Order: sequence, then structure tokens, then C-alpha cells
Amino acid sequence: MEEVNVTVKINGKERSAKVEPRMLLTHFIRDGLSLTGTHIGCDTSQCGSCSVMVDGHVVKSCTLLAVQVDGSEIITVEGLGTVENLHPMQKAFWEEHGLQCGYCTPGVMMAAIGLLQENPEPSDEEIREGLEGVICRCTGYQFIVSAVKHAAKLMAAENQVVGEGR
Amino acid sequence: MANKVGARIKRKEDPRLLTGNGYFSDDIQLPGMLHAAILRSPHAHAMIKSINVEKALEAPGVVAIYTGKDLEGKIGRIPSSWLIPGSNLKEAPQYPLAIDRVRYVGDGVVLVIAEDRYGVRDVLDLIEVDYELLPVSVRQKEAMQGNAPLVHDDIENNIAFHWKAGEVPDEEIENAEVVVRESFNVQRVAPSPIETRAAIGQYNPGNGELTLWCTSQNPHIHRMVLSEVLNISEAKLRVIAPDIGGGFGGKIGVYPDEALIGYAARDLKQPVKWIEERNEHFSAANHGRDEIIDVELAGTRDGKLTAIRVKNTANMGAYLSTFGPGVPTIDFGLMITGAYDIPKAACETFGVYTNTTPTDAYRGAGKPESTYQIERMIDLFAREIGMDPVEFRRKNFAKKEDFPYTNAQGLVYDSGDYEKPLNKALEILDYKKLRAEQEALRKEGKLIGIGFSTYVELCGFGPSAVAGAIGFQGGVWENATIRVHPSGKVTVFSGTSPHGQGHNTTFSQVVSDKLGIPLEDIEFVFSDTKAVSMGWGTYGSRSVAVGGGAISIAADRIIEKAKKIAAHELETSVEDIDFEDGVFKISGVPGMERKFVDIAKSANYAWNLPEGVEPALEAQAFFDPENFVYPFGTHIVVAEVDKDTGQIELKRYVAVDDVGRVINPLTSEGQVHGGIAQGVGQAMWEGIVYSDQGQLLSGSFMDYTMPKARFFPTIETAFTETLSPVNQLGAKGIGETGTTASIAAVMNAVVDALQPYGVTDVEMPLTPEKIWNIIQTGGENNDTI
Ligand code: FES
Ligand code: FES
Repeated sequence: MEEVNVTVKINGKERSAKVEPRMLLTHFIRDGLSLTGTHIGCDTSQCGSCSVMVDGHVVKSCTLLAVQVDGSEIITVEGLGTVENLHPMQKAFWEEHGLQCGYCTPGVMMAAIGLLQENPEPSDEEIREGLEGVICRCTGYQFIVSAVKHAAKLMAAENQVVGEGR
Repeated sequence: MANKVGARIKRKEDPRLLTGNGYFSDDIQLPGMLHAAILRSPHAHAMIKSINVEKALEAPGVVAIYTGKDLEGKIGRIPSSWLIPGSNLKEAPQYPLAIDRVRYVGDGVVLVIAEDRYGVRDVLDLIEVDYELLPVSVRQKEAMQGNAPLVHDDIENNIAFHWKAGEVPDEEIENAEVVVRESFNVQRVAPSPIETRAAIGQYNPGNGELTLWCTSQNPHIHRMVLSEVLNISEAKLRVIAPDIGGGFGGKIGVYPDEALIGYAARDLKQPVKWIEERNEHFSAANHGRDEIIDVELAGTRDGKLTAIRVKNTANMGAYLSTFGPGVPTIDFGLMITGAYDIPKAACETFGVYTNTTPTDAYRGAGKPESTYQIERMIDLFAREIGMDPVEFRRKNFAKKEDFPYTNAQGLVYDSGDYEKPLNKALEILDYKKLRAEQEALRKEGKLIGIGFSTYVELCGFGPSAVAGAIGFQGGVWENATIRVHPSGKVTVFSGTSPHGQGHNTTFSQVVSDKLGIPLEDIEFVFSDTKAVSMGWGTYGSRSVAVGGGAISIAADRIIEKAKKIAAHELETSVEDIDFEDGVFKISGVPGMERKFVDIAKSANYAWNLPEGVEPALEAQAFFDPENFVYPFGTHIVVAEVDKDTGQIELKRYVAVDDVGRVINPLTSEGQVHGGIAQGVGQAMWEGIVYSDQGQLLSGSFMDYTMPKARFFPTIETAFTETLSPVNQLGAKGIGETGTTASIAAVMNAVVDALQPYGVTDVEMPLTPEKIWNIIQTGGENNDTI
């Protein structure tokens, strides 16, 4: 299959790669650009593990082709914060124990950032509804809800998405 | 520094996982790596007449194609590891790929290796398999009938095993004042970790070493079994479980797929990666449950239980999985009396082959099923004699003063006080007030129900001698090595294999308290058979009770040796040395002391060691506990049924668990929440569905309802602490309590809500359609939909 060139600005850096036109964005990010924090859980756009931010909107990267995002700006979990300097969402998930195996977590945090962009002070119920697009098998969601609530407070203070990640 | 055990401590593993620095199977990229895909059977039962791979072999990027025939004699069969004695167990041979017959949708038929991840899937489409369809057996009770199609020609009536424990003569039941009978269908569910299964093989032709990364909850068991299947010495086979995205029992089994990838990597002398797709996971990864449980419970009119007789008919699928046979027998059948002192008990289990995916342990493994049947029966019995379900439970509990308590099936429960968590849960709920409210709401026509589950479960596998006696093909002790570096920092090697439970943190708390060193100075190594000498992995809530026990003992050995060195340096006798908070002191002599770090350095430099003491500070312990552990507790659910839609809303969920010593309340609560979500999932939404032809109708998250955030109320958790006497920590197990307890609590609440319709039982899952039908027919259809 003939390959095409895709260029994106990902986590603040411009990156290009040649891909098959049918390649999913999620594989482009993981295999093409070696940013493996974004995960694949379902292949059918149910689980949200693959959520990333494209041009300011949270999308499931398994539902887009890499070629569709040519020229876009993408933020993945690696673009949030670092171990030394966690993004408020990451900090909140750590403090509230919002993860167990951590597999769904990058996508869940992205979905939560999208949620807070639209509704910076959500109630528990609004958070639970806002997480409709994600599945976590480990946590039972309770601590994810607490984490998002906590993050809302922390983020109100900072109001920025990209940290100083990779 | 002391008292890290019991403290609410944030997890050490999280910053890495939160920043995208996790290292999961699919993150592994090796030079020259090839990709594998498995062509799976679309039919439940068929003869393979021919396989044509000619076109496929010509496709670009194809490196190799293997059929079952190609592998005959090259890879051994995949054995079951739990051969229940006395059950006349007939293990049908399972080969890594079907040879002449497929037996379930998802059965592996052809293995393709190609250069490219997408390309390898294209190749699957070019393979032509000519099948001749055969009649199918799908449901276990029908499969046992004389005229049912046979899954394996030489296994009569499809009966894989028939097991019995205990005896209750007919007259015990017939002559009893009250007998309640019910039949429960514990439907088939899918463990569904969000990370699917994966395997990556790499062979080094230089030294003949095969490395296999795979999604395993027990890499040493994988090594043990696969070394035989692949005919390679254990010393040459290295199994590594990297970060694992959840297991829940779905990743304890040794699967054909892992053997195939190991074989291909060795055969081709090139790394091979296989990542399971989600639909593949639904058809080919082991399912859980699928048991039909018929129960008779006998007792007196004033509410004393006298006997229980249970028959379990379990659907094992087409082959016996690694732990599969133990689930409906040992795990289930010895726990049928639950938390109650019922003097006579008997369980009979049929394990049945069908043309479906094999079943294996799923979170709780047998205990959710046993708890479900006894807790439902307790409610039915209480209702029959008109007693409050709480009072009835109290009356029949095994009494606090009887521990260690021996149940009718001969299990000895280590410690317990069943009233304690029950009382606490009632208090949190304000039970009296709630019953009054329920009464009032019922008068307004609202359907509110209160459901109890007072459970006890067998966890913490366990004594190896018992494992042997019950046919488990392995031991269940645990291993830990503590290595103290010259700097005083330590590395701990543990045979447990975490996949989301936070062992690194909880175990560090234990080591920190023991050695008096900060949490940051403690690192753990798990899940690599080359680094950790041996171990039996993480399942059955055994990690803290058994793995933690081993760590504790190893720490004691470190202290023992360090004391000798300290005494030598301080020129005193070992008996005079006290060790507290990381400092070795001569009791009563201020200033005469050595810190743990000092001794670490002395031991490793070895300039001045006492006679007979070897250099370095390292200790290993192998802990084989004398008994299992038995966590218990009470969960209470308040549910409301919407009359117009059949929708159920959980209004409250109160969980009080007693897991002995709670090492970390934060992670413990997390385990409880997660467990509850899985049990509630089974009760309310989840279910693997097969058509009568054995077609899998629930093959993705689009048609298998996974619980989501908005389905749950806030869960109110609390703990009571009744220590276990069988390990140093006093700890029991927590991973499965939520699942074990919650199914019955939800079902009891919903049946209670539907009392105005005279409903006595509803089948899981509680779909709105089912409930709506019950309401429409005034309760007549309750058991048949
Ligand atoms: S992998 Fe994209 S939503 Fe599940
Ligand atoms: S933390 Fe394991 S799936 Fe969410």
C-alpha cells in the first residue's frame, strides 16, 4: 500500500512519519511516534483508553485515521506532566487513588480534562455522566470521580493543559 | 518511621503510570520484530476438511504459516493444572491449534506470522478453510443428556468430571420442618481486563534462551507449564509479565496462544509479537462462572438450619482450562454453608464439556457462586418462616467462640466474628429507620428493596500439602528475597505477580516497618522468572497473606543476621541487642548503637564480621502457611425498581469487610470498590450469550454491557479487623471480597423490592426488560424469562 506523509505537532513538537493511509491515529501515535502512553482497549470506540486531544478536543484515537489529523495539534498523556512535575489531573489521580492497573488511566484523564473544559465545576453526578465514554475495569470508578473533582479544584488554579512532558 | 502498616499511603507505582511511562506488553518493540495473528474458528463445532494457505503464502510480508497438523509432535498439548481427585476426571487433549476438528467459536486454526501488524491481518482473509459442520452442545444440562452431540467422541455424556463432598441423606431433607428449594443460574461472564492478552517471544540462538513476555498473573506457572509444552528447560525459558492491565482471573490460565508465540519465535529465530484484539478476547480468552446451582436448604420452623444439599452443573467449555476444574468443586463446593453453622452439607458437581469457550477462575472463583446461592437461600428461608433476614442470619452464624471453626465440609476457618461487620453495616445504614421508610414507600406504590450478603470466603492459597490433596498440579507457597545493598537501600524479590493491586506500596509498608527504613529506600522486583527464583503468582487473594508472610519472615532473617554484626561491632552479645526503628542498640546503654545503614555497609564490606557470619546481607524465605485465610463481612444494598421501565437504581451500597490486618486503607478501599463493580456487573448487566448454534452473540463492548461510572451510587465502606493467626501480618485477602459479597446483596435487594408481586427469584442479569415483564405479569413470569 502506498504510504503518505503525516505531520503533526504533538505535545509541542513537530513530528512527521510515513504511514499507510489506513493506519489508525492510535497506532500512529504508539508505533509511529513511539508515544506508548496512549492505550488500546476495545477496537470499537467504547473504552476510551485511547483518548487524546486533537486541536483542543478530546477524541478517541482509535476512531480516526492518522491521515485525518495531518497538520493538527495533538496532546497525549506524555504532554501533560512529568514524574517530577505532574499535571494537576495526574496529581489528583495520584492523591485520590484514581487508578489501579493504570491501563485505562491515560485515556480517562484525557476524557476528564475534556469534561472540565466544558464544565469546570462538575458535581459527582455530572462527572459520572461525563465519563460515559470510558471504561475502567479496576477501580469501580469511585476514586476516579473523587480524582476528577479534586482535579477541578487544582486546575481552576492553573488553567492550562500542556505541561512540560515529552 | 514505624507504623507504615495501617497508614493511608499513596501508591509508589502511580507517577510512572500516570505519565505514560508504564511498560505494557504492546509497548515492547524489538529489532526485527514480526507480528502474529491467529485465524480462529467461526463455527462452534466442525470438522476441518482442508486448509488452503497457497494464496496466503504469496501475500506480501508473510514469513510463516502454521496449521495444527504442521505443529503435531512439535508442541505438546496444553494441560489443565487442577485434576480433581476422586472425580473420574477426563481431560480431553487440547492442542495449540485445532488439528482436525474445531470445538468452539474462537478455537485457533491457523497461525500467521508476517512483517507488519496490519498486513498479518490481511493474510488471514486469504486462508481458505473447508469446514463440515457438526451438531453442537451448548448448554450444560442438555449436553449431559444421552442423545446430546459429543464434544469429544470418547467422553460419554460430555461429563468431564463428577465430584462429591459431604453427604446428606434424603430423610434429613424430607423429614425437616421446613425445606426451601431453588435453582440459580450463575450466568457466564467475561473477566474483561481493559488490556487484552498478549505474548512476545524472543529467542537467542546463541545460548538457546527463549524469553516470553506475556500477560500473566503467574509467570512461574507459565514457565513451568510452557517449558514442558515447548520442550525447553526451565533454565532456558524466561517468562516476564511486564505491566499488566488487569487480570481478574482471565490471565492466570496458560493458553495455546502463548505456546504458539514461543514456538514461532524459536522456530523463526526472530522476535514475534501477538496482541489480542477485543473481539478475539471475547471468543478465545477464558470466561468465568456459567453454573446452574440447585439447592435444598432444610431447618426448623423457629429458624435453625439443619442441612444443605447442593448440585452444581458447571459448563467447562470445550476444554479444561488451567484452574477450571477446581472452581465449581473445591472453591465452590466446600464453601456452600457460607458463614452459617449448618451441621450437614453435601455438594455434588458435574463439570460438562460444551462447544463454548473454556471457563476458568474469575474474580472470587467459586466463592461468589457459593455465597450467592447460600445468601439467596437464607433470604428465602427467612421469608418462608416469617423471620427478619438479619435476625435469621444472626441465629445461624458460626459463633465467635467456635473459632477456629470447622464447617460441615471439613474446612477450618482461621478466625472470625460475623456479628461485628454486620452490626457496623446496620449502624451505617440505620436499618430500623430504613425498614420503616421502606414500608411507607411501599404504601405509596414505590418498589424499594433491602438486600443483605453476609459472606465468608476461602482465600490465600494456601498450604501446599492441601493443594496436593485436592489435585492442584503445583505448590502454593510463596517466596521472598530481601537484598540489602551497601547503601542500606533494599531490593525485594517476590514470587507474587501484581497487575494493578499496588503490591509495591503495600509490601513496602511491611518492609519499612520491619527494617525501619523509609519507603523510598525499598524497591521491588516481581514477575520475571530469571530475577525471582520461584513463586506462584497473584490470584485468589493470596499475595498479602502468603507473599506478605514470606516477606515478613525474610525481613526477620535480615534482622537476625544484622543483630549478630551489630553485637560484634558493639562488643556485646546478640541477646543484648535491641532493634527498633532501624537502630540496633544495647539495651540500657545510651549511645551504643548502629543504624541499619551502618550494618548494611559492614555486612557488604565484610572487613570485620563475627566468626561464622557470611558476608552480605540477604535473606530468602519460603512461606507455606498452615491454613487458608477466611475474610468475611456484610454488604447491604438498597435498590429501587422503576415500575414503568423496569430500571433498577442502586440507592445505597454499604460494605463492611473484615480482612484481618488492613495494610493500606486507601488501596484496600480501592480493591473493595473494584470488586463490587464486578459483582454488581454480574448481577445487573453482564452476560456472555451464545445462540443455540453456539454462535457468540456478545463479542464486543457493544453487546456486552460493561459497568460504567454512572451505574453506581457512592459506596460506603468500612473495615473491622479480626486478625488471622496463620501469617505474621494477621492479614487475610481483599481482592475478591467485593465480588463475592455484592452479587447476592444486589439480588436480595431486588427480590425484596419485588415482594409485592410475590417474586421469590429473578435470574441474572437484571435487565429492565426482564423486570418489566415480571411487573406486567404480576410476578408470574419471574423465574422463566
Ligand atoms: S481503544 Fe479507542 S475507545 Fe477503546
Ligand atoms: S485502572 Fe485498570 S482499567 Fe482502569
